[in-house]
Amino acid sequence: MAYSNKVKEIYKNQLSAIQDAGLFKQERFIHSSQAAEIEVEFPTGSAPKKVINVCANNYLGLSSHPEVLKAAHDGLDQRGYGMSSVRFICGTQDIHRELEKKVSEFLGTEDTILFPSCMDANAGVFEAILTSEDVMISDRLVHASIIDGMRLCAAQHDTFKHSDMDHLEKKLQLHSNKRLKVVINDGVYSMDGDTAKLDEIAALCEKYDALLFVDESHSSGFIGKTGRGTHEKCGVMGKIDIITTTFGKALGGASGGCVSGRKEIVEMCRQKARPYLFSNTIAPVVVSGVLRVLDILSQSTERRDKLEANTKFWRKGLTEAGFVLKDGDTPIVPVMLFNAKLAQDFSRDLFDLGIYAIGFFFPVVPQGAARIRTQISAGHEMHHLEKALDAFIKVGKKYDILGKTKQEITDKYGC
Amino acid sequence: MEDMKEIILEYVIEEYCDEENDEVTFDTPLISGGIVDSFSMVSLKRFLENKYNISIPDADATPEAFDTVRKIELLVKKYL
Ligand SMILES: Cc1ncc(COP(=O)(O)O)c(C=O)c1O
Repeated sequence: MAYSNKVKEIYKNQLSAIQDAGLFKQERFIHSSQAAEIEVEFPTGSAPKKVINVCANNYLGLSSHPEVLKAAHDGLDQRGYGMSSVRFICGTQDIHRELEKKVSEFLGTEDTILFPSCMDANAGVFEAILTSEDVMISDRLVHASIIDGMRLCAAQHDTFKHSDMDHLEKKLQLHSNKRLKVVINDGVYSMDGDTAKLDEIAALCEKYDALLFVDESHSSGFIGKTGRGTHEKCGVMGKIDIITTTFGKALGGASGGCVSGRKEIVEMCRQKARPYLFSNTIAPVVVSGVLRVLDILSQSTERRDKLEANTKFWRKGLTEAGFVLKDGDTPIVPVMLFNAKLAQDFSRDLFDLGIYAIGFFFPVVPQGAARIRTQISAGHEMHHLEKALDAFIKVGKKYDILGKTKQEITDKYGC
Repeated sequence: MEDMKEIILEYVIEEYCDEENDEVTFDTPLISGGIVDSFSMVSLKRFLENKYNISIPDADATPEAFDTVRKIELLVKKYL
């Protein structure tokens, strides 16, 4: 069919519906590398403005770290730019296998397989290891990429209320007759910044003979005493059957992901996971960079310790100022504003004061739960955080929400 | 026999609501209102099929048809 006016109209209408609902997403162009301070062109066409970034997944400040850059340069020189092949034809270099081994060591797992992204890992893993005789039981707030992966899989699926152990137990009982049961969680939930109760979940999995899956994208590198992840924090290293994680956040922030866990499960992915079989291998530059990142993190916990201290300062400062936060202790710190328009206005005012943080609202978060999600980094120095806190307080005063409860804020602005 | 709407409502509250959810009635929008996400809808469908010993074709199990307890009752009655 030609790209007729009728077709064009269909898309135009859909796009204006998105616009009318206030859900139209616009990119902002950044004229610098990723760091605590970035140069942002906003609105489009204006001169780039230097702002402090408090909404990157650059938790450890490694995205532009000189040693990581050097390793990437070396990788480029020694192994070339691209492989022009999927892994199993002629796309596996020595460094790809080396990275798989290093990731297994870092996470405390038996084996690892790299994917082009964690989205791909989540999209491919379930279909590769489960059949229609099995069931996937997922927390209701797991990441969209996991939901897509479950949709691609023939196994039955079911859900439990977010972090509700009684409900999970009921579901495990309900599905006791299935061949395999997999309980599926995020380690740290990216919208709320809370942590899965992996110790309790692991105990339930043991009791009901279920496999345990955790997406560690917002945990790998900094959660737990030595940054291995939520399983370290909860004291269940070695008990997670399947971990997926990304190299696109704390671990250098470029791209790539993996499935890590039981040897046979990883091998099943190598034989059957479609994004592994049918998409190009990770570029050598990126592999070399991630290898260096894991070296840095294995040698010292300095960066995750600094992140922890920064996070404490930030949470304490916002709490004392009288903001409503989501409980937790991770570097994802949601400042609750409840109303979508307030969240957008708040973000714009912050930008004017030199702080870059984005408002989140329905459908990304539930109706009436709009927020500014802040994310702290080891790349932040104290003066960055002080300046950002100052700006939050100024804007908070402007809208008169400091010291106010959820009820008071929604009475004033609606939800 | 207990009213079908009551039975469905009881399941919806038990399965999908937390303490902080506002009161759910026969006409509360469940899916468009964000109480039941479309992915979690499967357990509701399975509950209805088991409870009433029916089979609801996937093509009929749309978010619209599941949006309120009242609509769900109509859907179930169609297959009884
Ligand atoms: C929990 C979670 N899993 C997976 C992903 C996807 O990771 P990637 O960017 O490597 O595809 C993200 C990124 O947004 C995420 O937050």
